[in-house]
Amino acid sequence: MATKLRARRHRRVSPTSESRPVQWLLIGIALAFMAVILLLPLYAVFHEALIKGIGAFFAALGEKDAQAAIRLTLLVAAIAVPLNVVFGLAASWAIAKFEFKGKAFLITLIDLPFSVSPVISGLVYVLLFGAGSFLGPWLKSYGIEVLFALPGIVLATIFVTFPFVARELIPLMQDQGTGDEEAALSLGANGWQTFWRVTLPNIKWGLLYGVLLCNARAMGEFGAVAVVSGKIRGQTTTMPLQVEMLYNEYNAAAAFALASLLALLALVTLVLKTALEWRFGDEIAAAAKH
Amino acid sequence: MEVRVQNVRKEFDRFPALHDVSLDIRSGELIALLGPSGSGKTTLLRLIAGLEMPTQGKIFFGDTDASEKSVQERNIGFVFQHYALFRHMTILENISFGLKVRPRSTRPPNSEIRRRAMELLDLVQLSGLEKRYPSQLSGGQRQRVALARALAIEPAVLLLDEPFGALDAQVRRELRKWLREIHDRTGHTTVFVTHDQEEALELSDRLCVMSQGRIEQVGTPDTVYDHPTSPFVFGFIGESSTLPVTVENGELWVGGRAIGLPAGDAGPGEARLFFRPHDVDLIEADASLAGVVSTARRVGGTRRVELEIGGAGHLVEVDLPFDHPAGEKTRLAFRPRRWKLFPAG
Repeated sequence: MATKLRARRHRRVSPTSESRPVQWLLIGIALAFMAVILLLPLYAVFHEALIKGIGAFFAALGEKDAQAAIRLTLLVAAIAVPLNVVFGLAASWAIAKFEFKGKAFLITLIDLPFSVSPVISGLVYVLLFGAGSFLGPWLKSYGIEVLFALPGIVLATIFVTFPFVARELIPLMQDQGTGDEEAALSLGANGWQTFWRVTLPNIKWGLLYGVLLCNARAMGEFGAVAVVSGKIRGQTTTMPLQVEMLYNEYNAAAAFALASLLALLALVTLVLKTALEWRFGDEIAAAAKH
Repeated sequence: MEVRVQNVRKEFDRFPALHDVSLDIRSGELIALLGPSGSGKTTLLRLIAGLEMPTQGKIFFGDTDASEKSVQERNIGFVFQHYALFRHMTILENISFGLKVRPRSTRPPNSEIRRRAMELLDLVQLSGLEKRYPSQLSGGQRQRVALARALAIEPAVLLLDEPFGALDAQVRRELRKWLREIHDRTGHTTVFVTHDQEEALELSDRLCVMSQGRIEQVGTPDTVYDHPTSPFVFGFIGESSTLPVTVENGELWVGGRAIGLPAGDAGPGEARLFFRPHDVDLIEADASLAGVVSTARRVGGTRRVELEIGGAGHLVEVDLPFDHPAGEKTRLAFRPRRWKLFPAG
């Protein structure tokens, strides 16, 4: 009787499901792992930042060099992200809507920044624009500094964050096909109208999602920027670089104060990203494919 | 607007999709492009629309050469199999789209655009749904919106690419009748692509049967059904049975036996006989096609039997009244009432 009942109860759970204890065990392991690897460090960041009180926290953020780092980070993101939106849109448009030779190669190329170490990406620009290169001195003769200045930092950031928008849009646009565009054209719309009125609205949430990830990475990028920036305090240090410098000077409170801003940015990105996935999951390629 | 397709050839990556196709479409007619998949029917439609450009040949709209014109300049209405409605626009915005994107000089005032769109919405019997989004509509409703959107720009030609292909059978039949009504009311020259012969026969004034990038036959449904000009058309349109025969002494022979059909003007030698399973007479005569029933099944109001014809044992299908007592192994003799002879091979 008892076995019969149990058998009946067992039949109700789906065949791919596990028994209760196993479920709890698995969830428990996952949570414990997350607590140690993710939550604890996050807690540590905010704890360290506020260890000397809220006053010291704001004082650290209000410091001249910290302010300069924040401004530089915002400026770099403000230049790099829109440019990557344009590049990403153009690349994914070309890949998704046209047939041409070397398409597979282009897709691989777009992925390159993901597979190359950021430090290497930075070094590439040092080689390209450094004192020993051809381009560097030539540009310098026109008064344009690339390395150890804003242009270098922006270039390195663009390189590292290039795939985010394109990777997000390519599968989405491929999935949507060219039917809507053909319909718009057959109704008399020109290319520009078709793009603004049909293509862009179709991908807007996917695009926003890509921009969000791109921005988070642009603001948080360390490796590539560290190589090209030269770390001139108050001039070419972005927030992540400033955090490292403060930390190396045993100024933990100030370092963590600035770090907490970056952590906050990550949290906001996470919330927005989740909200987008929840609300517009079907219009975001990443959510459907991952 | 009459449309003339003149010696058009289309290649995709050097693979020919259409070989030297010519077709005259009369002003105001409803013509079906019918064929199996890969026959080039959709390619021909897209060439007329300007969504593809011909490798060779010309397409005329009236007397003007449209071959070099872009899709926008051709002023066509195109309806896609999967609707291609703009998902972020309401039904009203979808229908108004073609008028709203016109340059200022030819764009009607907003109130006029709205009036026209509402009128079309009424024509496609969807009044009251103007504020809905495409995702809130059924497939049949979406396709009606797509048609209204195409009609809004007052197209010279209306082109439909398998318009009912994604709908279920019931809705498809309703929309078919409804499309015919709309056509009779608005009088647009209409070309539609389908692989469904029933749809083509019922809906069109003329149909153009295509196969492997070529036009096989163009004619009214009656002509194409009753007088197919090629074995392909006979086999593709309607039910058909076929049998190898020999022509001798002005008569048709099967397995060394005359079957009582005159050869007409066909020369002596091997040939292929085509007939429709429902178009036969059961007779008791020596000069007939005789065989043994191998399978019998009920199809709607008739009983379809498969006969193994004596001699080489070729199988043909014949329809009997549903209450005919024929079962397996029954011997039957019949003669086609109408038939067609094509060269063997």
